[in-house]
Amino acid sequence: MGPLDFNVVIRNLPYLWEGLQSSFLLAAIAICGGILFGAILAVLRLSSIKPVALAALGYVNFFRSVPLILIIFWFYFLVPLLLGRATGPFLSAAIAFTMFETAYYCEIIRAGVQSLPKGQINAGIASGLSRIQAMRYIVMPQAFRNMTPILLTQSIILFQDTSLVYVVSLRDFMTSASTVANQELRLVEIYIFVAVVYFTICFVASRFVNTFSYGFSR
Amino acid sequence: MSYRWNWSILFTEPYFGWLLNGFKTTVMLALSSWAIALALGSLLGVARTLPGGPLRWFATSYVELFRNVPVLVQMFLWFFVLPELVPVGIGNWLKRGLAYPEFFSAMLCLGLYTASRVAEQVRSGIMSVPRGLSAAARASGLTPAQTYRYILLPIGFRIIVPPLTSEFLGIFKNTSIALTIGVLEITATSRQIESYTFQGYEAFTAATVLYLTIALILLFLTRRLESRTRIPGWISRDST
Repeated sequence: MGPLDFNVVIRNLPYLWEGLQSSFLLAAIAICGGILFGAILAVLRLSSIKPVALAALGYVNFFRSVPLILIIFWFYFLVPLLLGRATGPFLSAAIAFTMFETAYYCEIIRAGVQSLPKGQINAGIASGLSRIQAMRYIVMPQAFRNMTPILLTQSIILFQDTSLVYVVSLRDFMTSASTVANQELRLVEIYIFVAVVYFTICFVASRFVNTFSYGFSR
Repeated sequence: MSYRWNWSILFTEPYFGWLLNGFKTTVMLALSSWAIALALGSLLGVARTLPGGPLRWFATSYVELFRNVPVLVQMFLWFFVLPELVPVGIGNWLKRGLAYPEFFSAMLCLGLYTASRVAEQVRSGIMSVPRGLSAAARASGLTPAQTYRYILLPIGFRIIVPPLTSEFLGIFKNTSIALTIGVLEITATSRQIESYTFQGYEAFTAATVLYLTIALILLFLTRRLESRTRIPGWISRDST
């Protein structure tokens, strides 16, 4: 191959930027959905009703034992079958990521809740709150404060993982880059550029989490 | 909508053989890259705890670099980019001289990536050994190298057995990313079966069951390892 020519990156910047936007969108959906459902699942996991707690545990263990790529394939294949019509890869990827990340966020939130003294919830119940209210108004706000850095770190990992939708040709940043790379036969320049972009985003974000977590540390 | 179930497809040739080969590839890839990860990760982890200097700087940069780039991108860098950047002779050897260039790239990629994660665990293990122990070691005349060899590493490694075992399971899951460069491991195999037979449910179920089996076996083995290596009296912390 000839000398490196990074002009190819500049020529294709608008196309790559579109891809990066769908990466961000997918990550945002999965982060919001994952944290929301993860919190609900964590409450179920700590439930005193045995079958409920076991079902939640089963969900978490299942999704933590199987690679994300396989889950992406599963939903890519299942969602159109269940809905009875063809859907783009975005919907199935969004569902796959949300369900997968729910398991990971659930474990983080559970650990956060369990790290609080048990007296907190008992005091809540003693002062007349229901169990759910005590969870909602006393335990969760404190737990979330403690686990914010870990939740953010997991979200950075999630953002990196969105690149895996490449396997179902969803046009995220990675897929757009690979399209450009193969069209222009400039694999070296494009993939180096991709690595630099991901690195910059994730490195800056993790620095931010570090500084931020100083403010939160007790 | 009608779907024709056909579970027997999984046990007919050539599909059964494909699954078996996929399983073997996954296990071999995971074990060989784990060897790289554990060896390199331990060295980097130790380097991260040194009082300063170029080694520590190198290890820190290494960890930051490998942790902040998606594994898929790293896979492409090793497979597509590296052979073009090295001198032509070596590049051609990487592309054609090796018996399984895809497997080799994937092993290198997963090994080096997981090394960065192992390094972080090793560092936190060494850091969580009480300071008094290394001070006592120095006071009784051990050199810094001996302090690492006899005090910090044996205790540090026993502390981090639980998180290391979850990294070990993680490397099995990450082998699936190697399918993007053409390694026929479990997930790639199930996808291949799906596109040949249109039996998606059966093919993906087979892959899922294989991964769950791996996870269960590892869970059993690591439980035993963890109870054997646990330091009595040490509060085991929950690892996620």
